[in-house]
Amino acid sequence: MIEAHELTKRYGDRKVVDRLSFVVRPGEVTGFLGPNGAGKSTTMRMIVGLDAPTSGSVTVNGRPYARHPAPLHEIGVLLDAKSVHPGRSAHSHLMALAHTHGIARSRVDEVIEVAGLTKVAGKRVGAFSLGMGQRLGIAAALLGDPEIVMLDEPVNGLDPEGVLWVRNLLRSLADEGRAVMLSSHLMSEMALIADHLVIIGRGRLLADTSLSNFTRQAGGGGVKVVTDQATRLRTLLAAPGVTISSPSDEELTVTGREAREIGTVAARHGVPVYELAPQAVSLEAAFMDLTHDAVEYQSAPVGAGRKAA
Amino acid sequence: MSTTLTAGPAVGTTGRKVTGRGVLRSEWVKFWSLRSSWITLVASVAALLVFGSVASFTYSSDGGAALNGPPGAGAGGPGDAVSLALAGSTFAALGVGVLGVLMSAGEYGTGMVRSTFAAVPGRLPVLWAKATVIGPLAAIVAMAGVLAAFLTGTVGLDGETIALSLGDDGVPRSLVGAAVYLGLVAVLGVALGSLVRSTAAGIASLVGILFILPGLGSLLPGSLHDSISPYLPSNAGSSIFALQEASGSLSPAAGLAVFAGWVALAGAGAAVRLKKTDV
Repeated sequence: MIEAHELTKRYGDRKVVDRLSFVVRPGEVTGFLGPNGAGKSTTMRMIVGLDAPTSGSVTVNGRPYARHPAPLHEIGVLLDAKSVHPGRSAHSHLMALAHTHGIARSRVDEVIEVAGLTKVAGKRVGAFSLGMGQRLGIAAALLGDPEIVMLDEPVNGLDPEGVLWVRNLLRSLADEGRAVMLSSHLMSEMALIADHLVIIGRGRLLADTSLSNFTRQAGGGGVKVVTDQATRLRTLLAAPGVTISSPSDEELTVTGREAREIGTVAARHGVPVYELAPQAVSLEAAFMDLTHDAVEYQSAPVGAGRKAA
Repeated sequence: MSTTLTAGPAVGTTGRKVTGRGVLRSEWVKFWSLRSSWITLVASVAALLVFGSVASFTYSSDGGAALNGPPGAGAGGPGDAVSLALAGSTFAALGVGVLGVLMSAGEYGTGMVRSTFAAVPGRLPVLWAKATVIGPLAAIVAMAGVLAAFLTGTVGLDGETIALSLGDDGVPRSLVGAAVYLGLVAVLGVALGSLVRSTAAGIASLVGILFILPGLGSLLPGSLHDSISPYLPSNAGSSIFALQEASGSLSPAAGLAVFAGWVALAGAGAAVRLKKTDV
């Protein structure tokens, strides 16, 4: 379990992490989401004691990270794929980490196998692809058989097979009762892995909720109806609490009525319906909505860019 | 693929903790698993052997040494067999010093440092372990290089008046002193690299302290220069292995104490920075 309490990190007068409190529970995959520059990586570095908080505190299994006699057994981390000397082989890198905790060579071989690096274990890490580097980082995170696994952008640079592997691995770790925390700026990826979401923007907590809750809140996107009698259907469906907009001549977007009701009404009055589809607001859109004001690096609208050019 | 993870607590991962010995083994593995360590170490020994023997073989009593001894050692005189044999010590000092810098600062450049300090959040054991690995190692390897250079040199100096043998007064002390000095230089490299956290800046500060500072010292007014100069790191270091104690320089024991003091100072600075600043 990771417990952050009013965690704050300030560089000069810039607050990178601002009174952030959250809990990462065992048995769950907690997605740590936020736009680029939201403070995710800084928070993760504070969790493992690489950065000292300006104020507030964070504990790992009830204690500050540095106070654990064998921290690699408490929490395994992938901070970024570049935390390795490129001149060393994957095996030597892992052995060097293993020695600090007296972890046996057999465990090193084991995580190398789990990460699918057996064939390249003797090669210099500098020659690794981004994906292989990520796999090595994940192998290092698993080395101590930790109760918590914390990964910063683990699917960056992985091929589809690798992404699937990470997804299954994290699921099985959580199912074993371990706490899993992973960061990403991609909502779509998170929707497939996470049980719980901690969303931050500009260092502040924006949402701390279950994925299903977040999905439900994001769900009110109305129902899309396509018919050649749009005007007629519109009058038939009209009722208090129902809003209907018409993006084109043959298309209606109805909120306040279920697709089933709309179909029934249309059938009863003999209105032909060519398409009837509930519109789920994508999680991506919900995420963008939530973090819109907290985006650090916002791109100018395409049109504005053209005008300027 | 995840079944290997689920099979209970994995072999060899339970009931362990971070120990000084473990960190030492870790640093040992780290050191030998990099090609740059081998290259730098071999280059340092080669410098000792090659410069030392060349200096001895090209020596002629009337024309002086073709290659001068290291600054500070046997200065002014025609030299002696030991200072000729140690002609490569300046280069070797640069070599092992750089090796020390690479060991510590190199980790910052590559990002390895985050892995290292995530595994050993106490941080200081890593610094001590690096010094413990490289110090004795550099000294032992330097001992071999110095000894080889001296023995080769005796062949070249055969019949010359300055020829010395291993059994002569002060010779073993000088040679061991040079090895100890080089071991300490390597540790200084570790400390400086850890202090400045950049390989380039680490090497620059090492060169500055060992090779440029003595030159700057000579800019001081005479009396001040005479009283400060012997205590500068490089001058104190050279007096550890000088065969004859030159006037105005420290005795070997005092030189060792002063140079070790400088190294300790750099080490303390590195320790404070390590504890205080984010990685």
